[in-house]
Amino acid sequence: MADAVVLLEAVRKSYNVGTPVETEVLHGIDLALEKGELCALMGPSGSGKSTLLNLIGLLDRPSGGRLTIDGHETSGLGDKALTRLRGHTIGFVFQYHYLIPAFTALENVIMPMLVDRGRPDPEMRARAEALLDSVGLVPWRNNLATNMSGGQQQRVAVARALAMNPALLLADEPTGNLDTKSAQGVFDVMRAVNRDHGTTILVVTHNRSLADQCDRIVQIVDGRITPDEGTAAHG
Amino acid sequence: MNDWVPFEWIAASRFLKEGRMQTLSILAGIGIGVGVIIFMSAALAGQLANVVRRVLSAQAHIVLVPPQEVARPLRGPEVAEAAIVQRPLQRVRSIDQWQRIIDEVAAMPAVTAVSPMASGSVLAVRGEATRSVSVQGVEPDRYFRIVPLPDKIVAGAARLGADDIVIGADLATDLGVRVGDKLNIAVASGQRATLTVSGIVDLGSKGANMRTTYVALHTAQALLGLIGGVSSIDVTVRDIYAAEDVAQRISALTGVEADSWIKTNTQLYLAISAQAIANTTIRFFVGLAIAFGIAAVLIVSVVQKSKEIGILRAMGASRGQILRVFLLQGAVLGLLGSVIGSALGALAIILWGALVRNPDGTPLFPLELDPELFLAAAILATLSGLIAAYVPALRGARLDPAAAIRG
Repeated sequence: MADAVVLLEAVRKSYNVGTPVETEVLHGIDLALEKGELCALMGPSGSGKSTLLNLIGLLDRPSGGRLTIDGHETSGLGDKALTRLRGHTIGFVFQYHYLIPAFTALENVIMPMLVDRGRPDPEMRARAEALLDSVGLVPWRNNLATNMSGGQQQRVAVARALAMNPALLLADEPTGNLDTKSAQGVFDVMRAVNRDHGTTILVVTHNRSLADQCDRIVQIVDGRITPDEGTAAHG
Repeated sequence: MNDWVPFEWIAASRFLKEGRMQTLSILAGIGIGVGVIIFMSAALAGQLANVVRRVLSAQAHIVLVPPQEVARPLRGPEVAEAAIVQRPLQRVRSIDQWQRIIDEVAAMPAVTAVSPMASGSVLAVRGEATRSVSVQGVEPDRYFRIVPLPDKIVAGAARLGADDIVIGADLATDLGVRVGDKLNIAVASGQRATLTVSGIVDLGSKGANMRTTYVALHTAQALLGLIGGVSSIDVTVRDIYAAEDVAQRISALTGVEADSWIKTNTQLYLAISAQAIANTTIRFFVGLAIAFGIAAVLIVSVVQKSKEIGILRAMGASRGQILRVFLLQGAVLGLLGSVIGSALGALAIILWGALVRNPDGTPLFPLELDPELFLAAAILATLSGLIAAYVPALRGARLDPAAAIRG
């Protein structure tokens, strides 16, 4: 597991800790994602998928166990270090609230680089243009997020998630809100990113046909990982 | 997105632009509030300047007089102490070493003008008519810097040669004298003089116009038996509200008694102070209302933008960056609001000058467009915006990104 981009060892997560209604939603998760892997995370509603994704995305902290992201053990890191590691290592694609509505498509893609470097520069613009080109949206670059279709917005979101050239891309039901054709289009973009850049991708999905196109499917039920299933592609 | 603009500025301005209606409403609110503060400040300053000009243009800020004479009973084993000590009569006396005192006082940085005066009570006689008046002997060059008599002349000129006298307008009417007429002056000691009326002044009050006369210092000294002496020294100071402090310093320095206008016009001073306090209180509460308005708008904005905040945090924005985005919005609202408010305030001041007038058509009292007032309003409004934005900004910065994205 020397090349593991994500490594969870006995990771637990509880809410309302120390209160009578303390609830453990993840019960000792062990999981490793290798570099360049495209992995689907499936499970019924309330099984802990989003909680797991938030932990791996460093948006939340585990209540126990060890979480290592791109070689960095995270339990000892403060908020600033976590934010920095998140910004440089992880890209996110969300199901809703795809983009920041006050900005254009191009500006949304520039945003992670702007947040990191403080001021815009021509290099950022060039990279953002190239990323928009890779998702086929250059003609829409100056559209505000609200003036684009759901599929287009989600493709911009993928381009944005790749802005910092992250080692890990986390996608929370990225196609959950899209029709079948748009969903496949967004998935194809992610597959291409995975193939061309070797980006590790963990995608939460309910869509079995998309999951089957991944390298691996991880099932989570009641806060526990069940043994990996093969996929149609990699049976 | 300009290359030199930092992330925080870009995000703050876009968020303000996005919530256009909210931004415009709060800007209108801040503008009206700042406009009221500016207009009230200008009105207060104008009114004070008007009252002070009217009151103080006819009198010195500080008057130096010789120390009061007191009877000191002898004390000792062989001397019986008197049960009652009678206060000595206060005759007209000269200030000891007055020329040295004038030099010392004039050298003080807080002092703008110093003028010696020999004054006393005399009778003005014209034919059968006699009036008791006060004669004030002055050196015109010095005295006119304290009381601008030439501005108050209604007939003749403010000329004070050895045989000249300038008299109040009502006294002139009473005695039926005009410029160029002779007027006899008689003193209780028996001294007499015949002087020529060179000018008639309006001092702004009937009482003053009935009993005030001005002559040259030497003429008054001769009439009052104060050869080479002066009975008082008039002083004006740079900051009229510091007059009492300056008076006490002069008293300590020279040993003479120094009475400031604040001490001699206590009621007026208290009225001015009370008005200033009332005005400051109103301005403070208007400012507070502005700050709460900005805070309310930003609190709503943080709630509305919580998902965007979550996304920005997920892509690596630090708490500090989010804090600054909202602090900047507060500061920008304050600054823009103060610009609108300055324009409204200036308009109100101009309209006041044009519409509110005395029956004779002159402005009731002039209001000045003081650049310092506008600068202070801009700085204060921006600071208020920053402070008001702090709580909402902190709330935004502390949002849990996972919860914010989940909504």
